[in-house]
Amino acid sequence: MQRRLKIGLLCSRIRVEEKWIFASLERRGIDFDRLDDRTISFDLDDLELWHQYDAVLERSISYTSGLYALRILSAFGVPTVNTVAVAEACGDKLTTSSLLMKAGLPQPRNVVAFTAESALEAVEKLGYPAVAKPVIGSWGRLLAKINDRDAAEAIFEHKATLGSAQHQVFYLQEYIEKPGRDIRAVVIGGRVLTAMYRTSPHWITNTARGGEGELCPITPEIEELSLRAAQAVGGGVLAVDIIEHPQRGFLINEVNHTMEFHTLQPLSGVDIAGEIVDYTANIASREVVQ
Amino acid sequence: MSTISCPECAAEVMLESGTEVGEIIVCPDCGVDLEVTALEPAAVQLAPIEQEDWGE
Repeated sequence: MQRRLKIGLLCSRIRVEEKWIFASLERRGIDFDRLDDRTISFDLDDLELWHQYDAVLERSISYTSGLYALRILSAFGVPTVNTVAVAEACGDKLTTSSLLMKAGLPQPRNVVAFTAESALEAVEKLGYPAVAKPVIGSWGRLLAKINDRDAAEAIFEHKATLGSAQHQVFYLQEYIEKPGRDIRAVVIGGRVLTAMYRTSPHWITNTARGGEGELCPITPEIEELSLRAAQAVGGGVLAVDIIEHPQRGFLINEVNHTMEFHTLQPLSGVDIAGEIVDYTANIASREVVQ
Repeated sequence: MSTISCPECAAEVMLESGTEVGEIIVCPDCGVDLEVTALEPAAVQLAPIEQEDWGE
């Protein structure tokens, strides 16, 4: 008789997404422990404690905590969703861009420099308007639209002086005149489940910054691009963000590995939480001895 | 249903049934974010401020 699966759910503050995941786990009769990344610790000599879990689902609100937890669990041999390789690929925008480039996928033009002076030279060649983004960040935070050289000089000096070491990576993109929206597609286990437009009068369309959602039809082109983007970063439970360029068409902006879906789940009627739990259970089951 | 007192403005805030430890609620009076730290008895604290590496 197959024993009940046991999942470790690594989380921080409990968002509605986590509540939906708890409910999905309970409905499926899957045993789980809630592991608050703000209170737990890891003893690198105590693997056995973590081997009680058939898999760990990582839902930390902190990219850093989540990533380091995944690194340790990977070393322990505990299956995780998503894998540490996927977290590393998605959590850093420059890593994502490099992998998309390697996979031959369309994306905005990106240039990178490591000092304010070389960044200024690079952005002058890229042209204005341009966008500066921190390589690690989410929810539309700390994005800068650079309209001219004056703005570039000011922003780069502020980053170089006030920013942490990470801000010394000047990740610059061409500015894309979007049609007042971008697209978020949910890909789980190699399937595009649903997609939405995030519309906003502001150029930053994250729903965390006030962007509104409406359903986006999954055309063959959106499906293919989303699947290829998910594959390029290693697959799993992913949210692919796509921009519509007026001349060049769909470009992949980024891929998120611990997606939020409080807008998309009710909007689409797709049980995204349930799909995440099913995917995690499948990963966990591969390790269960029959 | 439990009630807590907002640490910022002392307003009485009712926690809905189904509230989880770790959840964020908003004080309807002063608008501050509160994190639920315990249930039965209910307790809250000011929610931690968003950090630079938070998100998806």
